Amino acid sequence: MKQEIRICGFGGQGVITAAVILGKAAAVYDGLIACQVQSYGPEARGGAARAEVIIANEPIGYPGIHAADILVAMSQEAFNRYINDIRPGATIIIDPDMVITYEAAPYAHLVPSTRIAEELGNVVVANIVMLGAVTALTGVVSREAMLASTLASVPSKFKALNQQALEAGMTVVAGLSP
Amino acid sequence: MSGLLKLKTAAELRQIYLRHEMFPTIFCDGCGLGNVLNYTLWALDELQLDLDRTVFVSGIGCSSRLSGYVNADGMHTTHGRALAFASGIKAAQPDLNVIVFTGDGDGSGIGGNHLLHTIRRNMDLTVILVNNFTYGMTGGQVAPTTPIDSFSTTTPYGNIEYPLDICALAQTLGAPYVARWMINQPYPPIKSIAQGIQKRGFALIEMLVPCPTAYGRRNGLKQLETIWQWYRDHTILIDDYEHIMHFGSPEERAALHDKIKIGVFQDYERESFEERWATLVEQVKL
Amino acid sequence: MSTHRDRLRQAMGDKVQFVQGDDACAYGAILAGCTFFAGYPITPATEVAERMAEILPKIEGCYIQMEDEIASMGAIVGASWTGVKTMTATSGPGFSLMQENLGYAIMTETPCVIVNVQRSGPSTGQPTLGAYGDMMQARWGTHGDHEIIMLCPASVQEAMELTIVAFNLAEAYRTPVLVFIDGELGHMRERLVIPEDDEFELVERTCATSREGYRPFAADENLVPAFAPFGAGFRTYVTGLTHNEAGLPRSASAPIHDQLVRRLADKILRNTDQIIRYEEFGAEECEIAIIAYGITARACRDVVEEGRQRGLKVGLLRLITIWPFPDEVVARWATRVQAILVPEMNLGQIVHPIREAVAGRCPVMLQSKIGGELHTPTELIDALEELRCQVC
Repeated sequence: MKQEIRICGFGGQGVITAAVILGKAAAVYDGLIACQVQSYGPEARGGAARAEVIIANEPIGYPGIHAADILVAMSQEAFNRYINDIRPGATIIIDPDMVITYEAAPYAHLVPSTRIAEELGNVVVANIVMLGAVTALTGVVSREAMLASTLASVPSKFKALNQQALEAGMTVVAGLSP
Repeated sequence: MSGLLKLKTAAELRQIYLRHEMFPTIFCDGCGLGNVLNYTLWALDELQLDLDRTVFVSGIGCSSRLSGYVNADGMHTTHGRALAFASGIKAAQPDLNVIVFTGDGDGSGIGGNHLLHTIRRNMDLTVILVNNFTYGMTGGQVAPTTPIDSFSTTTPYGNIEYPLDICALAQTLGAPYVARWMINQPYPPIKSIAQGIQKRGFALIEMLVPCPTAYGRRNGLKQLETIWQWYRDHTILIDDYEHIMHFGSPEERAALHDKIKIGVFQDYERESFEERWATLVEQVKL
Repeated sequence: MSTHRDRLRQAMGDKVQFVQGDDACAYGAILAGCTFFAGYPITPATEVAERMAEILPKIEGCYIQMEDEIASMGAIVGASWTGVKTMTATSGPGFSLMQENLGYAIMTETPCVIVNVQRSGPSTGQPTLGAYGDMMQARWGTHGDHEIIMLCPASVQEAMELTIVAFNLAEAYRTPVLVFIDGELGHMRERLVIPEDDEFELVERTCATSREGYRPFAADENLVPAFAPFGAGFRTYVTGLTHNEAGLPRSASAPIHDQLVRRLADKILRNTDQIIRYEEFGAEECEIAIIAYGITARACRDVVEEGRQRGLKVGLLRLITIWPFPDEVVARWATRVQAILVPEMNLGQIVHPIREAVAGRCPVMLQSKIGGELHTPTELIDALEELRCQVC
């Protein structure tokens, strides 16, 4: 098993945090091998951001991504840039409020993570909503590992909020069909 | 410390404090570095400082050779970097006394940025900076301290740059102890060096010393008596300077413009880096 | 009552973590017993300093941010002379500034560790991207004749392990040791398992026992002098000038200089069997060898298997110790293979000592890649195919 996951959006959406939590869920809590690399735009906020995680059950050599098995896009710019770098049959998850035009991936899973996060009271957990969706849709990591990794990665006063976000992401995709 | 020091003779000091294998020194006739060493040893003796627990650190240049002549742990480092090495020693082992010998080129030219930040950090070091207005070891090139219009091998037509007042810089940066002396009187520098060693935090003692060989002979200051007279004519005690600035006539004030102030310029208490680090460690240690 | 070692572990956190290569270097230092770090912020090495700043006060060590990398290097050398283990971390521009005091550390036989998280140069170059452009600077960056020890990890776990090894070598041979990673590995996260104390070895510098007749730079049979820390009453004089065994300057003496500088080189060259580390894959029935190091070696590892599935008899010699250079190992491979591919994230640096060691026994092809991207397995396979066409 080797899954290459790319999470992309713009700076400030927490795409790197999401990739770190996903990698940690796999490597620390699921006993898998994981490797996470990142790239930022020159600006700390607002520029294009992407982070990549490889999850495998054997040692990972080349740490770059050939073509994503799972693509999470949280901005139009990022979607346009990475939609062609996917493997056939890849799982694509987009936030339909941020990615308006997605004809290139009509089969994409639509997860309104930003809106859900706002409803939960804080837009910063949109990335965690996405992680819930990734977990439920792909099973690349276990739900238990994802929850443990999330809770270990956020400040204690935000634990409840993040758990709600994760569960909301898992729930919202339960009713979706690919 | 009492005004009257009970001084050992030079022969007694030599026996106790010097690393005999290092002699003779590299210093030229008429050089003031021997006096600086002598005054330092008297200060060490006055304080009865434990030489087993004292490290002498220096950079590169004539004055930086002083670290080798004292029979204690010594570190003769790279040009301008003595304060960086000394900071490492002191931060890692705050119980050691760390005394730095440096020069005007070493300490304020190539090492200027280290001087600035070591003072800002208030490292508990005693820095004896020997200012001879020139790069002596390399044969007398212009230094950051070279008086304007004077001659050196690299200012053969006269120096057009303004010299740096190292003590004024140290004062501005908040050094807890700042003093400047010339070598023609032993007591004030001995007292200052001793006070500097006892001071917690950064202490700077700038010593004005003649360099007849590299600086003097290009500037009419080759003969010892001429040199010492020059220093007498061109220095003024800080108290006298301030008195004239307050109460003097315009002519008297104007006459001060080319005088180098001497004396203790700053002496106050401020927590050192080591003390503040120790407090921090007490708060966060496991 | 918790022991000091327990507190180290507590300060580092969980035994299993998902952290960056930079963090791993810091953890390796802490496990090795490093209690003093001086540094200056620079991308992509800053996280090493950040971890040390966080951990060192917790374990009663000392972190100090200096005014530049010249001072950082000076401070770790000064601190090392009080008997503690010291480290700094930087990237290319800072490593350039460290060269002066790195030479001083070599000349004065001061144990210390320098991590260089390499980025592209020359000059400011590409601050956030990885490169291996400082490999030769590491060897010859500081002036004068000298040897240097340099280790190149390829993973987060290995970055921690080799930082511990670097401290051991620094202590054993009383010399600065370099750990070279790159921006990619420095910022890459992988699982890191913090080992138990009985799972690794720790080496401490040999200390002088008696002040009687002590000569600070008189070496033992291993060519390494016994160390006496400042403040212990040995009254050692340390100078970067050519010095005799007593430590006294003898800068005009040809025989003393010759004896000193040859010993400094020989203490490393005569102990290469203790210093050189490497890994071999597919060494049997190998026609084309890849010789690689650092992060590049990871893709090469993939290619050994992938190439063999395609009928390419590929092997990989992964260099872990770069300096002193493992010429004998490279020469042994050169006698067994028909060609050697050297992928490097620079315009060709380690390919030179490789060619020297191969000495014409087989063709050596450089596959150079710069700009911040890693060699992909596909690119490596293509290069191997091309090389096979040339030699077969």
